[in-house]
Amino acid sequence: MIIVDSRNLNFREINEQIKLAAQKSKYINLINVNGQRYIGTGLSSSVNITIEGLPGNDLAAFLNGPRITVNGNGQDAIANTMNAGEVIIHGMAGDTAGYAMRGGSVYISGNAGYRVGIHMKEYKSSIPAIIIGNKAGDFLGEYMAGGIVAVLGLNLGKGDSIVGNYCGTGMHGGVIYVRGHVGNHQLGAEVVRKEMKENDYKKLEPLLRKFCSYFKNDYKDIVKGPFTKLVSVNKRPYGSLYAY
Amino acid sequence: MLSFLQPEFLIQRDKDRCNSCGLCVKQCSFEVHQHDKVKGTVLSDETKCICCHRCVTMCPTRALSVRKNTLAFRRNSNWTVKAVREIYKQAETGGILLSGMGNPEDYPIYWDRIVINASQVTNPPIDPLREPMELKTFLGRKPERVDIDANGNLQVKLPPQLELEAPILFSAMSFGSISFNACKALAMAAAQLGIYYNAGEGGLHKDLYNYSRNTIAQVASGRFGINIEYLNACSAVEIKMGQGAKPGIGGHLPGEKVNEEISKTRMIPVGSDALSPAPHHDIYSIEDLKQLIYLLRETTGYAKPIAVKVAAVNNISSIASGIVRAGADIIVIDGFRGGTGAAPTRIRDNVGIPIEMAVASVDTRLKNEGIRSQVSIIASGSMRNSADIIKAIALGADAVYIATGALIALGCHVCQKCYTGKCSWGIATQNPDLVKRLNPDIGSKRLINLITAWINEIKEFLGGMGINSIDSLRGNRDMLRGIGLNQKELDILGIKTAGE
Repeated sequence: MIIVDSRNLNFREINEQIKLAAQKSKYINLINVNGQRYIGTGLSSSVNITIEGLPGNDLAAFLNGPRITVNGNGQDAIANTMNAGEVIIHGMAGDTAGYAMRGGSVYISGNAGYRVGIHMKEYKSSIPAIIIGNKAGDFLGEYMAGGIVAVLGLNLGKGDSIVGNYCGTGMHGGVIYVRGHVGNHQLGAEVVRKEMKENDYKKLEPLLRKFCSYFKNDYKDIVKGPFTKLVSVNKRPYGSLYAY
Repeated sequence: MLSFLQPEFLIQRDKDRCNSCGLCVKQCSFEVHQHDKVKGTVLSDETKCICCHRCVTMCPTRALSVRKNTLAFRRNSNWTVKAVREIYKQAETGGILLSGMGNPEDYPIYWDRIVINASQVTNPPIDPLREPMELKTFLGRKPERVDIDANGNLQVKLPPQLELEAPILFSAMSFGSISFNACKALAMAAAQLGIYYNAGEGGLHKDLYNYSRNTIAQVASGRFGINIEYLNACSAVEIKMGQGAKPGIGGHLPGEKVNEEISKTRMIPVGSDALSPAPHHDIYSIEDLKQLIYLLRETTGYAKPIAVKVAAVNNISSIASGIVRAGADIIVIDGFRGGTGAAPTRIRDNVGIPIEMAVASVDTRLKNEGIRSQVSIIASGSMRNSADIIKAIALGADAVYIATGALIALGCHVCQKCYTGKCSWGIATQNPDLVKRLNPDIGSKRLINLITAWINEIKEFLGGMGINSIDSLRGNRDMLRGIGLNQKELDILGIKTAGE
């Protein structure tokens, strides 16, 4: 384990330190992180990074393999265009987490902001996933073209809604699982509810088991659901808009 | 529903020359020509003809010609034939009208109202055939000052630059909007010419990584095909905020074009729509743009210039100022004539401003603010020939992007049907039978010929002006004069009127 004290370091220096440390150890602990952006950008290795403090925007952008654990909240655009690896947030995530993510997985114990999972894509075996412990903001899964988003609603307060409005707007691939109720008025025009099938539980199981192991939840409890499954009406939401 | 749309074009088949060989039937990707099995002749369904000249060019007996259908409507300067036809089309389909290529409408072309200076008597012209002419261009942020140490060595760390043998680049056209063979022809030509081509949004095909040093990667809102391998392989990264053909409108590659190869490069399933909406949903301010610029810098190790491409719109000079302050190394300004594979016709024909005005006003604004040296300007949006390029550079551009011109060199006949995916010349199509019509080796040769010819013409212009380096032309508006322009137009262009 190598400890990198991030106090008074800028993002460029932190990333340089991470790259140096990754040559020597598989475990890196960043302490005193205080809003620095771009931590872990484009890292391609099997290193484990633990962050104490508050990482800034674009944490784990273009990430390509490592596991990053944040012992606290994250900010906006976590896992932006991420390719592979794991991001684990012991807290809340800001807006646009998983923007155009196309591989790897993000686990958030608490809430996530607006436009989470926007432009998420999948290609063959590379299927990205975002698991949100409690609730998500508006435009969840906007323009989503692939991958899995699950919202678990584990700590909903009275009157809380598990997702915001315009859920799945522009969605044309992938699937959103919401462990709870989604009102019709909350759905984007391009998504429909579908019944949960055995295959859906198969997809969810490894993700939920990991979620439970990271955040000490009871898998059996969570998997009981009930889940609302949302998928796109078709792969071409705007295909009929034009005169050819 | 009865269609009121009569054919736009008529096929003329010379019966004496036509030997019913049927080559036109095979060649027409729009299925205009058909065998009449009973009569043993070839017939044409002209409603489908889009005037691409493929059949005319390939006909071995030169039996074919395409004419405009002159079918008369009663004369009306307001309800033109075009206006009426467009209403028929929308009434029959309920769809947004689509077009390919740039704005074809009858707006003033300022290039054609600007003339170029030449030296006479004093400061004599230079003969470029005998004397060296420097067209080498560096794109990127330039240092504010130059320090020299006691030994006479430069003490400046130059920010990353793109080095070009001439101030011309091929602008963004994705694999998807154009065929693999078209991409390859552009890549090969760029490599041989010592310039760059932009791969557009949609990633880089594995077989084109050989040319990645001459490739500019593009990042747009959908982030298709973007990963670190791609970003690091290319020589610069361009953030696409907008496009001249459709300012405020995003990109949309229809699912039917996403075949196996496109799917691999874009990293999306076969048949899936590739939607790149106009807004980047993480950019709502100059500060947000800065965040993406620095993310890309951090990702590419501060080794590559980062460009930001915007459409030329009303407040382009303020927008450009913001982009410089956000940290871009290169601004790309795409004028309203800029091309596209598909744009809503109304947007294409009505939104945006001419590149001539935009590049002049941006150059003026950045100079007034003392930040011009912090950024290079690439002008695009219809550079039709070397004279347009000379004028663009004299108005303040560092270099120009060309795309439609390059495609025309490859065989494009500007039929404006790119969005159908049926391009009979193998350019804007993914149909393997059509793609193979474009031979990348011959295509790249044609591109190299075109750019070489333009380079020689640019040298002649420069020589004529008594200038031996393209750097001395940059922003040198005294080399231009306007003809038939009003004072306000002259003021914005920053040029005098002819005779002044």
